[in-house]
Amino acid sequence: MTKAKRKRLIYNLITFALVIAAFIILQSMIANKMISRSLKGQLVPICAWIVMAVSLNLVIGFSGELSLGHAGFMSVGAYTGAIISGWLLQVYEVQDTTLRLVLAMVAGGLIAGIAGVLIGIPVLRLRGDYLAIVTLAFGEIIRSLVNVLYVGVADGKLHFSFLNKNMPAGVSMLVDGAKGAVKIKPVATFTAGFVLILITLVVVLNLVNSRAGRAIQATRDNRIAAESMGVPVTKYKMMAFVTAAVLAGMAGALYGLNSSTVIPTQFTFNQSINVLVFVVLGGLGNVLGSVVSATLLTVLPEVLRAFADYRMLVYAIVLILVMVFTNNPTIRAFADRLFAPVKAIFRRSKKKTAGGDAQ
Amino acid sequence: MKKFFAMMLALAMLLTCVSAFADDDVVTLKIAHIGPTTGGAALYGQATRDGAAIAADEINALGGKYRVELINEDDEHNVEKAVNAYNAALDAGAQIILGTTTSKPCEAVGALAVNDRVFMLSPSASSEAAVEPDNVFQVCFTDPNQGAASAEYIAEHKLGTKVAIIYNNADVYSTGIRDTFVEKAAELGLEIVTQPITFTDETTDFTVLVAEAQNAGAEIVFLPIYYTPASQILTVAAAKEFKPIFFGVDGMDGILEIEGFDKSLAEGVMLLTPFVATAQDEKTVSFVTKYQEAYGIKPIQFAADAYDGIYIIVAAAEKAGITAEMVRKAEEEKDPSEICEALIAAMTEIEVEGLTGTMTWDESGKVTKTPMAATIVNGEYVFE
Amino acid sequence: MIFLDNLINGLSLGSIYAIIALGYTMVYGIAKMLNFAHGDIIMVGAYVAFCGLQYWGLPPVAAILVAMAVCTVLGILIEGLAYRPLRQAASLAVLITAIGMSYLLQNLALMIWGANPKSFPRTFINSFSIQLGQLNVSSATIVTILANIVIMVALSLFINQTKVGKAMRCVSEDRGAAELMGINVNRTISLTFAIGSALAAIAGVLLCSSYPILQPTTGSMPGIKAFTAAVFGGIGSIPGAMIGGVLLGVIEIFGKAYISTELGDAIVFAVLIVVLLVKPTGLLGKPIREKV
Repeated sequence: MTKAKRKRLIYNLITFALVIAAFIILQSMIANKMISRSLKGQLVPICAWIVMAVSLNLVIGFSGELSLGHAGFMSVGAYTGAIISGWLLQVYEVQDTTLRLVLAMVAGGLIAGIAGVLIGIPVLRLRGDYLAIVTLAFGEIIRSLVNVLYVGVADGKLHFSFLNKNMPAGVSMLVDGAKGAVKIKPVATFTAGFVLILITLVVVLNLVNSRAGRAIQATRDNRIAAESMGVPVTKYKMMAFVTAAVLAGMAGALYGLNSSTVIPTQFTFNQSINVLVFVVLGGLGNVLGSVVSATLLTVLPEVLRAFADYRMLVYAIVLILVMVFTNNPTIRAFADRLFAPVKAIFRRSKKKTAGGDAQ
Repeated sequence: MKKFFAMMLALAMLLTCVSAFADDDVVTLKIAHIGPTTGGAALYGQATRDGAAIAADEINALGGKYRVELINEDDEHNVEKAVNAYNAALDAGAQIILGTTTSKPCEAVGALAVNDRVFMLSPSASSEAAVEPDNVFQVCFTDPNQGAASAEYIAEHKLGTKVAIIYNNADVYSTGIRDTFVEKAAELGLEIVTQPITFTDETTDFTVLVAEAQNAGAEIVFLPIYYTPASQILTVAAAKEFKPIFFGVDGMDGILEIEGFDKSLAEGVMLLTPFVATAQDEKTVSFVTKYQEAYGIKPIQFAADAYDGIYIIVAAAEKAGITAEMVRKAEEEKDPSEICEALIAAMTEIEVEGLTGTMTWDESGKVTKTPMAATIVNGEYVFE
Repeated sequence: MIFLDNLINGLSLGSIYAIIALGYTMVYGIAKMLNFAHGDIIMVGAYVAFCGLQYWGLPPVAAILVAMAVCTVLGILIEGLAYRPLRQAASLAVLITAIGMSYLLQNLALMIWGANPKSFPRTFINSFSIQLGQLNVSSATIVTILANIVIMVALSLFINQTKVGKAMRCVSEDRGAAELMGINVNRTISLTFAIGSALAAIAGVLLCSSYPILQPTTGSMPGIKAFTAAVFGGIGSIPGAMIGGVLLGVIEIFGKAYISTELGDAIVFAVLIVVLLVKPTGLLGKPIREKV
């Protein structure tokens, strides 16, 4: 086993260990009723946002393309999930909530994946900010379209209509235009969220560490060099983009089925930006970082409730300060000096065990 | 700053009241107001929060059996945040919810509260879906109610037959009223002369929308929307010299209070509304004066709804005979279901005379009160 | 007739997008960053002008000048405090800081001016209308279109003819080489922000003169649309921003007028996608030549 491989393995193990440990701790807290309602209510959304952040990191961090429409895939997943779950319940009378949730998530991922392919084909021909703006445009288009979508169940069949609400009599609406997906029976659970995070981590970490993953990162670092080495750049970028879309779709289904209603305005450009913030703050290409930052930044506004109306002001200031402090070379150098003794100890102990591959 | 002082003062009053009468006869209802006090819908959430605060102060100052302790939580007009706000409110010891201010968050919170058995009274969430759970009641009209009433009023008073509707299709309130208006209009022989004319919260330009109504020769433009976009539409229409009858619903109230708005543009606008800040009855004058002193602006209808909401909850508590013992038990067991059931039963039996009319409720949670038709003349509301 | 009416409305909306897009494109061209807070500087400019007109009783021109001054200072402050420390950092880090700044400005505005909307008062900009045959053109439209042309010409002259403008172009071309030639890069970038923010103030006044509602979120959607317009025209290019902005406005209005108001925004973005697929660097963008 090479050193690089060993290092990666350790990093992956730490990531999994931390996620599993967090799950076990939280589960035991729930079992012992040691958890506040507020935190308990946020668990499923946090899982969904973690998956969103990790999947977006695959596009931005590993593939190097700035996508500003990730919430669009989430909305596709959330709507698909709500429709499938409602359809299964009303037409086939599937009472098993786990089965409904799993099928809804699979369908959400599938449809979002198809959307990912359709969007990826034109988008990945572009570069840089142009690519960013086109993903933004797709995100907004998805939102406009969903806003005039009507889906209902009548006589054991699904009815779709677009722009105008043409529904047979006695219909039970699942998606009602601007009113969004309505009367969802919430079936999402924290355990399902946890499993989805594990799946996401397995998929993303495996992809990144595979031949395809190395090719993806090679195209990020130098597209021309990779191309001249015979790497089919577009194919691999597509792979990353669609994988991310599928995961976002599954996260969307989980998120949508956690609440009784979902509306198009929940998945705006601002939401895409939020996920982008998670990714950048956690570190590009750093999966564990995405997990941690998605969790912290979702909980932060809730912790700041004590500040009442000043809460989002404080959030904004924290965001700016964190960005400035973690990215400014002077401040970083200062911090490095400050932690140098600690690091030196760490490095020495590492040298003993791993044979000195630090730095 | 003024607001800050007012809040401190309110807090101080609350504290003195609670300490002065802390015996077994006094029942302190722990009510959480949930609404968007930041973000794009902040003006509605701040209005309900401030209106509720004034009612709570009045009740506490009166020193009767029932006192109100208000907890405020912000939901940013976002479903996920609304659920968080609800959970945070319960963590903070709330036993009754005054909220949420907007419809979609109200639906999401209601779906949880119905299982937790927490009583909810929404000041202003107007969609029908919001009141579906048995524990949720409304202060304002439901959307279908308003849509049908508007169509009836227009037909009855023969204001015209060619109608155009400009509405916000990203908003549940607006689409809800529009849908029933269209249904009712067909029955009454009113003709909708255009394709759907819609905008969203992000729309900047309203000229096309107004032009479409103008080109179709509409005699009446129905505006089931809030006053902010309505003021834009009126401005555009004036510039285009388009002068149909503009007919609004309760969301239109507040248009005369927009700072810098040229009131002459709203001349002749008609609206069905249960509350206007310029009404001269004693209650409204007292409320408006207090509100203006505390917050420096005139209250909009949302504030009046929330003000009534607090009084309604207290009236229901009185009817239900909520005792200090029940409150204490709910606090200890973290389970306000007993209070909830008692209030649900009481709601259908009470009649409350508030700023927004005389209100009664049935089991569906919908309110019955009469909207009044007002016309804006010389920058004032004139009732018929 | 209706067609002409729509065209004029489109030009008017497009001109506002264009002025905002100029700010985006200048900052992008020179500082190589997307200043997401630009839309919110517009909002601040509009609020300051509103205060000038409504509270301080200033004449319109003075109110606009005060708004420009405040925004200029604000732009320089933001650049100096939040963006300059990140000059060497990855572009995404700067983007996130800009987003944070956007949140900050919106929430500050909510604190200072409250959540209740304000209606922008009438000034010489929007007080009359001109009858051209059957066509009724409001003065706001005329002023906006004229202002747009004047600003674009002035900006082009400034960048192409003056020494400072030359310095800007140098920094935009190659920051390192510019520094070696004795150009003060930091000062040049500050100046860019100052000009961009002053333009934002003008855009804010024009935006609110045509569409008179003023709220803390007023700047965000026009900001995003203008950013789109800047990319549409080829980001970094001044005539590109102008053309992109105007086209975007016209497409938006025509889409709403002739296809569907419900799908108006979707149509704008769909056209944008098609254009970028045909011309991947925008209408007037320079093709990126990569050194190997």
